[in-house]
Amino acid sequence: MSMNRQGRKTNIDQSSSDQADAMTVSGNKALQIEEPILFDLGDTQTTGVDFADVAPFESRLNGLERIDEFGLVGLSEPETMRHYVRLSQKNYSIDTGIYPLGSCTMKHNPRLNEKIARLQGFMDIHPLQPQSSVPGAIDLMDELAHWLMELTGMKAIALSPKAGAHGELCGMMAIKAAHEARGSTKNIVLVPDSAHGTNPATAALVGYKIRSVPAQEDGTVTVASVKEALDDDVAAIMLTNPNTGGVFEREIVEIAKLIHEVGAYFYCDGANFTAIAGKVKPGDLGVDAMHFNLHKTFSTPHGGGGPGSGPVVLSKRLAPFAPLPFLVKEGESTRLVENANDRVDETSPFGRMTAFHGQFGMYTRALTYMMSHGADGLKQASEDAVLNANYLRASLSDYMSLAFGEDHICMHEVLFDDAFLKGTGVTTRDFSKAMIDEGFHPMTVYFPLIVNGAMLVEPTESESKASLDQFIEVMIVLAKRAKQGDAEPFLNAPRFTPRRRLDETGAARKPILRWSPNNKTST
Amino acid sequence: MRYLPLSPDDRRAMLAKVGVDHVDALFADVPNDKLLDKLPDLPLAASELEVERQLSQMAARNLSAGQSKGFFVGAGAYRHHTPATVDHLIQRSEFLTSYTPYQPEISQGTLHVLFEFQTQICMLTGMDVANASMYDGSTATAEAVLMARRVTRRKKAILSGGLHPQYRAVVENMQRFSGGDLVQMTPAIAEAEDLISQIDDQTACVVVQYPDFFGQISDYSELAEAAHVKKALLIIVVTEIVSLGAIKSPGSMGADIVVAEGQSLGCGLDFGGPYVGLFATRQKYIRQMPGRLCGKTVDVDGQQGFVLTLSTREQHIRREKATSNICTNSGLMALAFSIHLTLLGEKGLRQLAMINHANAVQLADELGKINGVDVLNDSFFNEFTIRVPGSAHDLVEALAAKQLLAGVPVSRLHGDGTLEDLLVIAVTEMNSAEQITDLAAAIEGEIS
Ligand SMILES: Cc1ncc(COP(=O)(O)O)c(C=O)c1O
Repeated sequence: MSMNRQGRKTNIDQSSSDQADAMTVSGNKALQIEEPILFDLGDTQTTGVDFADVAPFESRLNGLERIDEFGLVGLSEPETMRHYVRLSQKNYSIDTGIYPLGSCTMKHNPRLNEKIARLQGFMDIHPLQPQSSVPGAIDLMDELAHWLMELTGMKAIALSPKAGAHGELCGMMAIKAAHEARGSTKNIVLVPDSAHGTNPATAALVGYKIRSVPAQEDGTVTVASVKEALDDDVAAIMLTNPNTGGVFEREIVEIAKLIHEVGAYFYCDGANFTAIAGKVKPGDLGVDAMHFNLHKTFSTPHGGGGPGSGPVVLSKRLAPFAPLPFLVKEGESTRLVENANDRVDETSPFGRMTAFHGQFGMYTRALTYMMSHGADGLKQASEDAVLNANYLRASLSDYMSLAFGEDHICMHEVLFDDAFLKGTGVTTRDFSKAMIDEGFHPMTVYFPLIVNGAMLVEPTESESKASLDQFIEVMIVLAKRAKQGDAEPFLNAPRFTPRRRLDETGAARKPILRWSPNNKTST
Repeated sequence: MRYLPLSPDDRRAMLAKVGVDHVDALFADVPNDKLLDKLPDLPLAASELEVERQLSQMAARNLSAGQSKGFFVGAGAYRHHTPATVDHLIQRSEFLTSYTPYQPEISQGTLHVLFEFQTQICMLTGMDVANASMYDGSTATAEAVLMARRVTRRKKAILSGGLHPQYRAVVENMQRFSGGDLVQMTPAIAEAEDLISQIDDQTACVVVQYPDFFGQISDYSELAEAAHVKKALLIIVVTEIVSLGAIKSPGSMGADIVVAEGQSLGCGLDFGGPYVGLFATRQKYIRQMPGRLCGKTVDVDGQQGFVLTLSTREQHIRREKATSNICTNSGLMALAFSIHLTLLGEKGLRQLAMINHANAVQLADELGKINGVDVLNDSFFNEFTIRVPGSAHDLVEALAAKQLLAGVPVSRLHGDGTLEDLLVIAVTEMNSAEQITDLAAAIEGEIS
């Protein structure tokens, strides 16, 4: 079979003359090479893996042999390599350039993390081989737990949740279990309007009703607004701190007190912990449960949509309810408790979040990162993240519109709204697409929902001043252009990407979610 | 610090631009007494060499599968050979260090792969549609139960005794907190369980594993029919995805939802994660599915491209009414899975499956000859259960002391003091004929 067929022609009729000039015979554009869908490329008889023949034997498959061809396509090794390398070249990444996706903390992913995670003694061990054969892995989990608890000043930890949202679920389950243990049937969770969608979705999943708390002008939640929403039915509040507008919740300590006074718990969404690691301990603020996103704060790669890892730290009051598995010290050594019957004093685990012990491969990466930084480096990283965001804020405040006014400092991310685009015919979406043409990944757009046309910019500590200066320079020119009424380039953006704006409405109206011979690519 | 590009001069200049003297002025919203005045009690920064030294020592204290004298541990995670190409490709910066594809024009690589991945999952499972991945097999199973509850507007899930005990625990937990009901069958290997008589008009779903936790392979066609008569859904769980290169697809038996652990392809063991949850269902249920979906569309020039779609099911749009709270899933592991499967193709997957099965048959036959050992399965793929005299746990520990990792004692997972004499043993292409014979001999040596 031939090597991957390259490209296909651009449709001349639908292209402007500019694009026609830029057309090639193959449809490729130099380093941008068109790549077909796998199933239009290979066949079921090709394989890129060599196996020895199996001597005949009597099968034990209960007569359920899979006989019919089911269509999986194979490629030889060189074809496979090209297929995926070409596809990779159609992605932007943190290694490509600034990726200021607010709330997502796209910081540098050190390759030492990858190297350590791939040590045979970490990578090639099974979660159910005898614990006696993996003391180093259990110690690594214990060490990670120690770092996370010390950084937060919290008393216990559940390592196993698989991402931030799963950590939220774990924390809210611990809270519900604690209520149940007291015979309390409180059924309402307070969630600010500014919260990430996972917060209300999580609370609803564990059977709570959501009561929203309005954000103030500056995006924060105040004692007064919480008081307004508070009554005896409130089981918990879910508060993000720093919040989703990049602001530290000033009244957080009083809010925590208030919540505790009515016998409720304080869940803190720790997605933005990167702003305060080494600077503030959530335990000192009155937090009862908080998840980390190791794939944000502690630099484990996000891999185009995961894996994540979402350990949850717990206060003394919630500690007994931590799910299985959990670590216990026994003399010199540490052990993983995997079963409810395996009773340990003062614990009553609420259940199990996942099979096995969580995202161990992310534990190794996160610990590698933390050890590299050390306590001093983590503090410096938080300060740099906050400084970088404020530098953008100060540099862009005259050109774009800050959501919370000119004088308001921010933490690790800065929130703009679309007021500066008013009357220009350019939307937040258009503006973000023009940034793509300039070689940047856009910021988070249209989140949080509390401001119009939100643009949430999180540079992280990984950007150099030179990188920020270039970003600022371009943003200023784009903002000026939009205000001058030059909407065209925005509406047509992006122009230089492998694909231009995609029809999302059409995609949702008639979903094509898999290849089939009927929806074969038209060439 | 090597990860931080700002120099002291940069910081000074930037603080000046911001208009403050000290970085702590930017932390002014933090209540004054809460800003730490000393560093957390943790070690200070360390060089790459130093970190590598310390963590390598930790790694060296573990007995890895590769260093062992034989490795037969399975029960939901399997040791397979991953072609070198896979790990190279997933470490491409553009795949490794990108976020969820929120900006499709600069994420066509990830989206294209997800579309192919979804197609591969459909073909493997024999289903119509698949999502872009879940965290792992166990959480995917819990999500499947929740979906069945949405579809049927009923609360009860019936769990087979052959479902992986930790999967059962995850479902049980989710059912408890979300107000669902549960019927759990008692694990009984090699005895047909009567799930059908449990199904009533309150039943949202029946959950079975294929091959089951003990390794048995059953035809669930009748069960599917019985469930459908009562308007309940059949959820089939696959923990060893390689098996589907050898045995009939769950879809062909009438499953309504198929969930699986995809770890066997591309992922490695990693002491339990990150793995990849697979989730597939029938076309008519797509709007009830959890998780992200990638769809094919066109751009303004009419060129084919891909986007995330049907997001009105998801938490960022629907908030408390979302079908799931999942956000980050297992993108990179889905990529690894997909690359591995592309290398294999249907032909390679079938060959791989056959080698696994042949090796398992060899071990089962050798163990069957040992006095005192009973092979309990009448069918299996690459994993089966034996009964040993005394405690399987003690046997496994004794063999581990000799660097032989013999399998998983069922009691470790059930933890209720029953089934103590049962051992689940997995065999893959990684086990040589010699290792298989050695394991049988070692077990014989321990029990006699
Ligand atoms: C504020 C906030 N909370 C929760 C989450 C959910 O985290 P994850 O995607 O790891 O599940 C995110 C990230 O997407 C977030 O930004």
